[in-house]
Amino acid sequence: MKNFMNNLFGKKNRGRTFSFLMVIAVYIFVEVLTHSFRVSRLFTSLLVPTCCYIVLGLSLNLVVGFSGELSLGHAGFMAVGAFSAVVVSGLTSSIIANDIIRLIISIIAGSIISGLFGLIISVPVLKLSGDYLAIVTLAFGQIIKSIINNIYLGYDANGMQFSFVTNTLNLENGKMLLSGPMGATDTAKISNFTSGSILILITLFILYSLINSKYGRAIMAARDNRIAAESIGINVSKTKTLAFVTSAVLAGASGALYALNYSTLQPAKFDFNTSILVLVYVVFGGLGNINGTIIATTILYILPELLRSLQDYRMLIYAIVLIVVMQMTNSSKLKQFVESIRNKFFKKGEKA
Amino acid sequence: MKKLLLVLLSLLCVLSLAGCGNSNGNSGNEGGNGGSEEGAATVTVKLGCSGPLSGDAKVYGEAVRNAAQIAVDEINASGSEIKFDFFMEDDQADPEKAVAAYSTLYDKGMQVSLFTVTSGAGAAVAANYDEDKIFAITPSGSATSLVYTDDKNFAGNFQMCFTDPNQGVAAADYMATHFADKKIAIIYKSDDVYSSGVYEKFVAEAAAKNLNVVYKDGAFTSDSATDFATQLTAAQSAGADLVFLPIYYQPASTILKQANDMGYAPTFFGVDGMDGILTLEGFDTSLAEGLYLLTPFAADAQDDLTKNFVSTYESKFGETPNQFAADAYDCVYAIHQALRDAGVNADYNFDNLYNDIVAQFNSMTFNGLTGENMTWAENGEVSKAPKAVVITNGVYVSAD
Repeated sequence: MKNFMNNLFGKKNRGRTFSFLMVIAVYIFVEVLTHSFRVSRLFTSLLVPTCCYIVLGLSLNLVVGFSGELSLGHAGFMAVGAFSAVVVSGLTSSIIANDIIRLIISIIAGSIISGLFGLIISVPVLKLSGDYLAIVTLAFGQIIKSIINNIYLGYDANGMQFSFVTNTLNLENGKMLLSGPMGATDTAKISNFTSGSILILITLFILYSLINSKYGRAIMAARDNRIAAESIGINVSKTKTLAFVTSAVLAGASGALYALNYSTLQPAKFDFNTSILVLVYVVFGGLGNINGTIIATTILYILPELLRSLQDYRMLIYAIVLIVVMQMTNSSKLKQFVESIRNKFFKKGEKA
Repeated sequence: MKKLLLVLLSLLCVLSLAGCGNSNGNSGNEGGNGGSEEGAATVTVKLGCSGPLSGDAKVYGEAVRNAAQIAVDEINASGSEIKFDFFMEDDQADPEKAVAAYSTLYDKGMQVSLFTVTSGAGAAVAANYDEDKIFAITPSGSATSLVYTDDKNFAGNFQMCFTDPNQGVAAADYMATHFADKKIAIIYKSDDVYSSGVYEKFVAEAAAKNLNVVYKDGAFTSDSATDFATQLTAAQSAGADLVFLPIYYQPASTILKQANDMGYAPTFFGVDGMDGILTLEGFDTSLAEGLYLLTPFAADAQDDLTKNFVSTYESKFGETPNQFAADAYDCVYAIHQALRDAGVNADYNFDNLYNDIVAQFNSMTFNGLTGENMTWAENGEVSKAPKAVVITNGVYVSAD
């Protein structure tokens, strides 16, 4: 029993346990709240997108925080996952009546396709050293957006039709799945908060399993000192590829969940700004800090909506909050202060 | 510690400032409601709207807000039994934010709505309005997906402006009668729903009307919206003497500037997104001389309704209202007319509101700033005559 408790709450695993407990506690709290009280529509409408951005932030943290590479095109992977999921969900809507099964299939399809793209990109690029991944992912995000902007895909009784750049589809009583810049319209909304929370838990499980494994230690060793890692026989490009592809898979899953929460989805949503926004969430929460990413994403995503009552000033205040927190987390005096409080409490706790 | 205090203090200052702005806005509203005390029994209908009040497209959102506020104030000050409580939320023209804005409006108890100002945002919430049975009429969201989709018609969603396809057709029609012998080039934004919607229909209609389109591959995207040298050179070398720009006014202003710099002076022709180019900050309006645009509203029209509206708008907000403003003004009055004819009064049972107002819009005829004898089809599209204006000496002049 003591061993078990130590395994859960020991110094090494405290963060992991806290992550899972936090997500489960928030989930239960929100479910109780939404089912027993009349909560505002705004609150319920923010639940699923928050889950999506948390998963996306966690997946980006794996690349930026743990693997030490910079990805500037994570919205691209999200877009691949999102549009794959919309297509899969649209095609299977007549075959599979159950929303939950269709959602699971769509998310799996979205993450696999996104993972394939991640593999294609990372295999050649991660063999190079330096900041090449940042440049390539930046281009990838733009290219993916442009490609999806030009895809026309639909189906009718005779099967699927596809055209590129100009719309030459000739459907008889069919349905357009993707229509160029208009993206996907009329998607069935099958995501919900439960599926979002489960996806976060799965993401956490994958991340902690990876980080605490032999491969995870190799990933961090390669980040801290490439030459030293190579000298002890770690295949650096292989470990970095592993981290990057895992990240792409998770980003795809996040995109799939996101896409199936809205009735319309336009490729223009997944632009450079979205990639940077998520990078801000990750940096704000702390590189390599999983709990930090979850909390920072939640706060930063919800803050602009909470400030709605301030009308014209809300984006100004959002920016000020960002700058102030970034400054404060960087100030050494404040860090010492927090550290001293932490030592006081936790040292006592460990003795007892 | 001193630094920290400084930061906190400055934050407090900003917050208190924000508070000021807020209370000012509210007092304006209360002033409007004050008129209701004198009449007999009045009923207040909550009118919501979402649109871009920050970001790239904020000119549209602000125009709609200002004009709707004028209409609401006029109605509240009049002897009408129906008063409006108008509130607007910012959606930054982003579909994701539009859903949050819609939810906020819903939480505030919105009963009828001016929908959204932009198309992309509107498409994201069209199904929400339909599900919650809230009547909505958009002043300027022109995509068809706001009012119907391939397999569903949103019964309570209506449009005050033309749909994108109809604008493409109207532009081709106008050119066929007025510029039949011109060589036409098209520059459009391929990743924009609005622009590509107009473009596709225009190309099809131009072919049917035997217009001489010499260059139609002038696509650009939001990432390449700063340099148009390639498209302009191609249009010039193809010998085009009319350039059709079915785009919003910001990239159009850059095109006008760059064409001027390279000494290329064809006739430029825009649709309703071009509206607003004269109020763009830092834009030399002399470049827009001779620019044609298709818009249902010309601020120089001599009828009383237009004159009153333009003078009120100018005195309140210091600029000439554009077509978005006029459409928003019409929306509020159309809703008012529908409510009045549906018999909404102090004893009215608001459970019937949705069905009653939809029935009114399907059958009524409305006269407003943007057209006479407007009617609405079952699918929510408006039917009215388009007008072309040409910019002369820095103002719109009707071109016929």
